[in-house]
Amino acid sequence: MTFDANDSIIRFENVGLRYGLGPEVLQDITFELLPASFHFLVGPSGAGKSSLLRLMYLALKPSRGLISLFGRDIATTPRNDLPALRRRIGVVFQEFRLLNHLTTFDNVALPLRVAGVRESDIERHVHELLAWVGLKDHVGARLPTLSGGQQQRVAIARAVITRPQLILADEPTGNVDDRMAMRLMHLFEELNKLGTTLLIATHNETIVRRLGHPCLHLEDGRLVKVVSNEASSKAETKATSKRTAPRSRVSTFGGASAPRQDSR
Amino acid sequence: MFWQRTDLPVDSDSLGRFLPGLVAFMVYLAALALAGVMALVEATAAWQADVSSTMTVQIAPGPDDAGLPAAEDSRVQSALALLKRLPDVARADVVGDDTMTALLEPWLGGLDAVEELPLPRLIDVELKPDAEIDGRGLAELLATEVPEATVDDHRVWLDRLARLARAIGGLAVTVLVVIGAITVAIVIFTTRTTLAIHRGAIEVLHLIGAQDAYVADQFARRALVLALKGGLIGLALAVSSLLGLGYLAARIESELVPDVTFGALQWTALLVLPLVVAAIATLTARGTVIRALAKML
Repeated sequence: MTFDANDSIIRFENVGLRYGLGPEVLQDITFELLPASFHFLVGPSGAGKSSLLRLMYLALKPSRGLISLFGRDIATTPRNDLPALRRRIGVVFQEFRLLNHLTTFDNVALPLRVAGVRESDIERHVHELLAWVGLKDHVGARLPTLSGGQQQRVAIARAVITRPQLILADEPTGNVDDRMAMRLMHLFEELNKLGTTLLIATHNETIVRRLGHPCLHLEDGRLVKVVSNEASSKAETKATSKRTAPRSRVSTFGGASAPRQDSR
Repeated sequence: MFWQRTDLPVDSDSLGRFLPGLVAFMVYLAALALAGVMALVEATAAWQADVSSTMTVQIAPGPDDAGLPAAEDSRVQSALALLKRLPDVARADVVGDDTMTALLEPWLGGLDAVEELPLPRLIDVELKPDAEIDGRGLAELLATEVPEATVDDHRVWLDRLARLARAIGGLAVTVLVVIGAITVAIVIFTTRTTLAIHRGAIEVLHLIGAQDAYVADQFARRALVLALKGGLIGLALAVSSLLGLGYLAARIESELVPDVTFGALQWTALLVLPLVVAAIATLTARGTVIRALAKML
């Protein structure tokens, strides 16, 4: 099987992962995500969805196999270049991982500050985005005063504020009711239409069915099939998706202009 | 830019709780040790100036000298005349028989015994402050007229004093180095504890693309502020202690305790101390965080 690395946003080839000396929690994972594609990551609890996402957002190194991100082999990329790659990924963590001592504003502004964006620009973009996710009345709120659903939206806002090329979300609708879940999904779809690649791990079958995007199906640490919702009968073992939007299109929601740091 | 806001929770971690107090203690000890070294240098210089400006000319007693008053000894008179002709000599006095007797009485007992002893003749010489002649030069000059004369310039005493001063100075420098090392160890320990406490926040910063320096600089800034705070407290306590000590020393009124006063240089050295400790704390905290982050992917 050959891949054109320059075409894919992320590519896994025979990737395995074990924690310490334990058994492999992920085995022989092979797939690629093309630019502007939208996938769900499904599978039972403990199948390895979070571990797979952790490998994708560079929190872990694989025990074996090849991971290529934005055309770069992670194993041979110098450590100093990894932060620039991470800034091209927006992550919605399962447990949000927001900083409780900071306000809503400061949490959402964090990726821009880390990227060295000017405070005046940060101010404008964060206010625009918070209005977009319906939190404009909670700009200065401390995180613990927000509801689970509101915190989830803060986490999503933080993940998308830098206009990342790839968004990875781990159960982003776990804490909200169905109505809010659909609203957040539409938000992701809008980003996808603007050219962002998305991979969303979820247990919510209703959402998966209603949105109709292809699924990566994990079971016991193996990628058992890729189900294209449009043609679910033709399950493939290769997880190459159809492109759902032109890959060259750059998202411009809210006018945010975080510097997009291309890996060199 | 350096004083910008921090992304880390700073309310009550170990850095905030322990660092100022520990640094205050370290700066206090370091300031006392440094003040001790500087006072010693001053005192040694004062002693040296005192002692090296006075000399004692000694003329061995002749076989018939017992009972003859020192002032009437012809050798004493010619030595005294020579000394008084020298421009470097401020004062030259024969140590009179009464003084000699009084000095020896505690060891040798009553007057009669002392009078019968052949005692050396002593001339107390005080040189001018800018005198160029030293003990050896004076001895050479005297030898031309009074071959029996010897000059005691207290060199042995001075050498011992200098050795003692060097030893104490070395000890104080060792104390300063140890204090520096302990400060580094404390900062490493508290920074590591703080890193563990803030691990979650640091991981988030790391995963959203923060460079190691971005996180490390936040710790470094905090360490700087906290160490400066502690350092200034320590310095204030040390200065109070030194002023108290100076007051007590002044009340002793002993000639053995020279009057030591610190000039601008010494006070500057003490004021720089908390800055040095703060710099050590800042660099140590930064290095510790960089090393810890390097273990993450």
